[in-house]
Amino acid sequence: MTSELDIFVGNTTLIDEDVYRLWLDGYSVSDAVALRVRSGILEQTGATAAVLQSDTMDHYRTFHMLERLLHAPPKLLHQLIFQIPPSRQALLIERYYAFDEAFVREVLGKKLSKGTKKDLDDISTKTGITLKSCRRQFDNFKRVFKVVEEMRGSLVDNIQQHFLLSDRLSRDYAAIVFFANNRFETGKKKLQYLSFGDFAFCAELMIQNWTLGAVGEAPTDPDSQVDDMDVDLDKEFLQDLKELKVLVADKDLLDLHKSLVCTTLRGKLTVFSEMEANFKNLSRGLVNVAAKLTHNKDVRDLFVDLVEKFVEPCRSDHWPLADVRLFLNQYSASVHSLDGFRHQALWDRYMGTLRGCLLRLYHD
Amino acid sequence: MPGKLKVKIVAGRHLPVMDRASDLTDAFVEVKFGNTTFKTDVYLKSLNPQWNSEWFKFEVDDEDLQDEPLQITVLDHDTYSANDAIGKVYIDIDPLLYSEAATVISGWFPIYDTIHGIRGEINVIVKVDLFNDLNRFRQSSCGVKFFCTTSIPKCYRAVIIHGFVEELVVNEDPEYQWIDRIRTPRASNEARQRLISLMSGELQRKIGLKVLEMRGNAVVGYLQCFDLEGESGLVVRAIGTACTLDKLSSPAAFLPACNSPSKEMKEIPFNEDPNPNTHSSGPSTPLKNQTYSFSPSKSYSRQSSSSDTDLSLTPKTGMGSGSAGKEGGPFKALLRQQTQSALEQREFPFFTLTAFPPGFLVHVGGVVSARSVKLLDRIHNPDEPETRDAWWAEIRQEIKSHAKALGCHAVVGYSESTSICEEVCILSASGTAAVLNPRFLQDGTLEGCLEQRLEENLPVGCGFCHIPYDELNMPFPAHLTYCYNCRKQKVPDVLFTTIDLPTDATVVGKGCLIQARLCRLKKKAQAEANATAISNLLPFMEYEVHTQLMNKLKLKGMNALFGLRIQITVGENMLMGLASATGVYLAALPTPGGIQIAGKTPNDGSYEQHISHMQKKINDTIAKNKELYEINPPETSEELIGSPIPEPRQHSRLLRSQSESSDEVTELDLSHGKKDAFVLEIDDTDALEDVHSLLTDVPPPPGFYSCNTEIMPGINNWTSEIQMFTSVRVTRLSSLNLTNQALNKNFNDLCENLLKSLYFKLRSMIPCCLCHVNFTVSLPEDELIQVTVTAVAITFDKNQALQTTKTHVEKSLQRASTDNEELLQFPLELCSDSIPSHPFPPAKEHLESASSNSGIPAAQRATSVDYSSFADRCSSWIELIKLKAQTIRRGSIKTTVTVEKASPMGEGNFRNRSAPPCANSTVGVVKMTPLSFIPGAKITKYLGIINMFFIRETTSLREEGGVSGFLHAFIAEVFAMVRAHVAALGGNAVVSYIMKQCVFMENPNKNQAQCLINVSGDAVVFVRESDLEVVSTQHPTANCQPLCAGGEVTT
Repeated sequence: MTSELDIFVGNTTLIDEDVYRLWLDGYSVSDAVALRVRSGILEQTGATAAVLQSDTMDHYRTFHMLERLLHAPPKLLHQLIFQIPPSRQALLIERYYAFDEAFVREVLGKKLSKGTKKDLDDISTKTGITLKSCRRQFDNFKRVFKVVEEMRGSLVDNIQQHFLLSDRLSRDYAAIVFFANNRFETGKKKLQYLSFGDFAFCAELMIQNWTLGAVGEAPTDPDSQVDDMDVDLDKEFLQDLKELKVLVADKDLLDLHKSLVCTTLRGKLTVFSEMEANFKNLSRGLVNVAAKLTHNKDVRDLFVDLVEKFVEPCRSDHWPLADVRLFLNQYSASVHSLDGFRHQALWDRYMGTLRGCLLRLYHD
Repeated sequence: MPGKLKVKIVAGRHLPVMDRASDLTDAFVEVKFGNTTFKTDVYLKSLNPQWNSEWFKFEVDDEDLQDEPLQITVLDHDTYSANDAIGKVYIDIDPLLYSEAATVISGWFPIYDTIHGIRGEINVIVKVDLFNDLNRFRQSSCGVKFFCTTSIPKCYRAVIIHGFVEELVVNEDPEYQWIDRIRTPRASNEARQRLISLMSGELQRKIGLKVLEMRGNAVVGYLQCFDLEGESGLVVRAIGTACTLDKLSSPAAFLPACNSPSKEMKEIPFNEDPNPNTHSSGPSTPLKNQTYSFSPSKSYSRQSSSSDTDLSLTPKTGMGSGSAGKEGGPFKALLRQQTQSALEQREFPFFTLTAFPPGFLVHVGGVVSARSVKLLDRIHNPDEPETRDAWWAEIRQEIKSHAKALGCHAVVGYSESTSICEEVCILSASGTAAVLNPRFLQDGTLEGCLEQRLEENLPVGCGFCHIPYDELNMPFPAHLTYCYNCRKQKVPDVLFTTIDLPTDATVVGKGCLIQARLCRLKKKAQAEANATAISNLLPFMEYEVHTQLMNKLKLKGMNALFGLRIQITVGENMLMGLASATGVYLAALPTPGGIQIAGKTPNDGSYEQHISHMQKKINDTIAKNKELYEINPPETSEELIGSPIPEPRQHSRLLRSQSESSDEVTELDLSHGKKDAFVLEIDDTDALEDVHSLLTDVPPPPGFYSCNTEIMPGINNWTSEIQMFTSVRVTRLSSLNLTNQALNKNFNDLCENLLKSLYFKLRSMIPCCLCHVNFTVSLPEDELIQVTVTAVAITFDKNQALQTTKTHVEKSLQRASTDNEELLQFPLELCSDSIPSHPFPPAKEHLESASSNSGIPAAQRATSVDYSSFADRCSSWIELIKLKAQTIRRGSIKTTVTVEKASPMGEGNFRNRSAPPCANSTVGVVKMTPLSFIPGAKITKYLGIINMFFIRETTSLREEGGVSGFLHAFIAEVFAMVRAHVAALGGNAVVSYIMKQCVFMENPNKNQAQCLINVSGDAVVFVRESDLEVVSTQHPTANCQPLCAGGEVTT
């Protein structure tokens, strides 16, 4: 006796959170049943394996039907086919768009193209996340990217509006979109110690300060080419950053800067001598990063450069985080006292963000 | 030209991409009614078109308004080739034709295509202007209300219950017309959908006409079915109960059923005067008369009595009633005469109701059923459906005579069904023979005194169990005992019925779902040989089903079945029987004896051991079940019953007939009942199998209960969480193990596993009860069994029991009494009008009867009874206040309206529907339930009947997820379309929802499948009781004043 057909349809669509998770994680029905059996559900409920199999199949079918709607979450809210309470709808959407840390670290900053999609096999093997789940996460990234890429206005708001995600998740997606658009390199071995959270933090600061949208003046002409205000870095700003070079190129200015910083920090740093010895190297590193940002290639290497030029030297001298903070504060503030330097505003826009990023990136 | 239909097409959304090149659609809409068609403009390149059309106006006869559906077709405009259809929406405009129902239909409807399913939605507004033209010869029956609910709808009262109405119309099935060979599946499906829609409109109109002839204004318990007879045609038939209903002035005068029965059950005074007028007694083996007739043609008909009854019908017909009248007291005779005269005017004294106004049901005889096997022949002239009519008339006549044999004049809980396989058709009808109170059956011209005496003398809580037939001329052998409740009248040892448990019945413990399942192999045969084979098998099936039910009932330690439904399904090579019912322990009936196993070869030691082992197992199971369902009758029943008041006892002795002796005998009889045990002989494999199947039924997991009636006896503290569901399973039997035993086991496993799955799926709702569990079996092909289950899971609160409702009532009571002395007095007067008459007489009658009743000291009646009716009354008053308050709020402050609209749940019924549809509003929740009520809520308005028929077909079965994916999606779509129609009518729930048909056919080799689904129900508006309370507290005493004044005016 075999069941040819076996379905259950409720007026209110039943959603089992545990099964949803298994489905999202890309398990096949039989794997999911095995996992559920292992969770001890049969003992708790007195059900049989056949019941569990039928239940899992039902849920998988429902999820499969819902998936089409989840691709455009507002549709899920307006559709009439599945009656789902709003709190459950939110849960469905949020979980569907949630991603694995291990996975996002693999694709962060990569072009969301077919080429990358082909590498998902390797990523799946490497991370232990099922290929199905990898595909879902990748497709989510790509879908969100496609929708908001060309959109005007705040990136986070756009994502929230079109995908109905929570604030937290919208911010994460904003970071993913921002990284994908600017193709920041995050995969180098040097950067492996950084978490997605670290990058997302930096992305948020950069979106807030370094993009066109950050300037706060919406373009008066709506047809102007500056459509994606939050996604692209402010080209003009990047060009201007070259002007900062004078801080290291002009020897007097560099010396003056160093002495200003050293005077203030003397006795306050546990690593004062190391700082004093390294000041010129560090400053050169930071200013050169800025100056190089005119080239796309160097923009991509931003994080590599920051780690190479600043994080690693400090770490090799065992700077405590508090000292790094004191130093960076003083380093950026002292520039205001340099009479010969005319690009104070530019410096603040650059250094304000960079300081935040560096502090976040500075850990083991 | 008595009607103008106006339609406006507002917008569409989520349309499918019809133009691959642009990924967009150029959509326009055709609106068709009758032969008139209008078109909107083409809205270019959009998946969310905003047509915002003018009002399309159709000027039509009201006859057409009733028959025709409004047909809306969405198309994609194509300059070079034919326009592509996106999908259709059929809107039944019938609800707009009664004054009290919906006034406008407005909302988003899913656009449905029979091949692709739902493809986007369309926003439509429909209105009807009716010009009343009363003098003309009526072909239409506009204004007759239809209800699927099988009880008097909650916000109405029954003035008269006229009785049975039936009608059927036949036509050729478009699927089998020659043209079907050349048209597309889509065209064929649409032709079928349209035809059935037309036919059901026509049927409803014709039934309406009959109701008007009877001077009724409504049909309650309306059940419409389709018989897909294949080559021989398509039959749409309907039955119902014609009534004259009055809308209650206050829209929610009575608490919903979920509360009232509980209260009544708890508060019924058991020292109530029992019925002193005994006339006769006799047994009732519940399932009693069946006749099987088979007539291959009109000229030839054969009848045979089933083996489980020794009754030959005709000789005893009429005997029950005739002799009973003589023996009974003069008063009873009068009652009988009256009932008889009231009922004899009717051809068929049948009622499709399953729940009744208190006092309506006097006695219940038992289940009556009739089946007949027919050979289908082509319907040559659709305008003359005589053959089918004659078939049903024959069966109904049989039912009527069975009822008479049981000493009953009427049949309640009546239903009809068919099972068709190729050219053989089994027609079945069943119901419960009953004696009814004539008061509701004719115009209120009865002498007041009779009416009063009736009410006065009706025993509460056990009267319906007393046998209506003659003890000396019992239609079948059965054990009779004196009623355990009143100890005055005879009751049978078990009682089977097709109705719901009467609200005033005294029940011990909880009930449970009991099923009997049976398969019988049959040789494949053609035409007459096949029909003969089937009619030969039927009696044996009925007998076995009956035995199984009886065994299972005993095993549960219970003594009565309610809501019994026996379904016999015919297939190519087998017959299936499935009986479902809710078992309960009626306090009035004797405790069931156990089951005793007897072997026939006592010498064999090991065999003996085996038997005693089995016996022990059975005894253990009975004990366990008693514990599980909280059946502990000896103590409880003794306490509950108490000793009868001496005075009425004397009174009753005076009128008692000689066939009954003194009270001592009563006591003797009582003790005798307990000794009776049911003996099961297991000398053959059949019996062994029976015992095994008895023991394999697994009780539901802890926290779960199930029943197939409206409510679960013994549970009354429902919470508002409900989940209606449909589950379908199709199982393929391997042809190797086709023996009766293997089949039985397979079928049994199928049903048990299905139930287990349901319990597992709904485990998050524990503690919960599956109510109105409705199993349907069909045999779509050789070796395929399809079981469809629809039910509703309702959670209940284990701890809070009745306290909350009581305190609520108390609160309102206090408030009412402190508010105004006058108010208090009014309900107090009402109290003298005891429960049986409540809630049916209108306020005026109440008072009349109250004043004439004044001679009877109110103290004689238990205060609790008064209390509940008083409370009902009070709460209705408070509702009125709230309603008033609400209207005031709505009227005066504009902002309030928007606030209400913004609430996404749509639970508030006072939705502002004329407001333009808000594009980003969330979809309102529409509840669906097979029950006639919604727990924790009051139904404030009935918006009309929902009766929908859909066909879905696919030629890409694999791509749609196989048969399961296909059917899962289709059923979800059907639910969605029902909800959308209800929401468009302004409702927020469907009650008495039923999936009448789910015909599924597949051809996996061709990657094809087709499914037909027919659903119906009543669209309603409900208000949460908690919401009402909130409103009432917001508007305290001040608002009460004008209302109290109003109350005085009515008094």
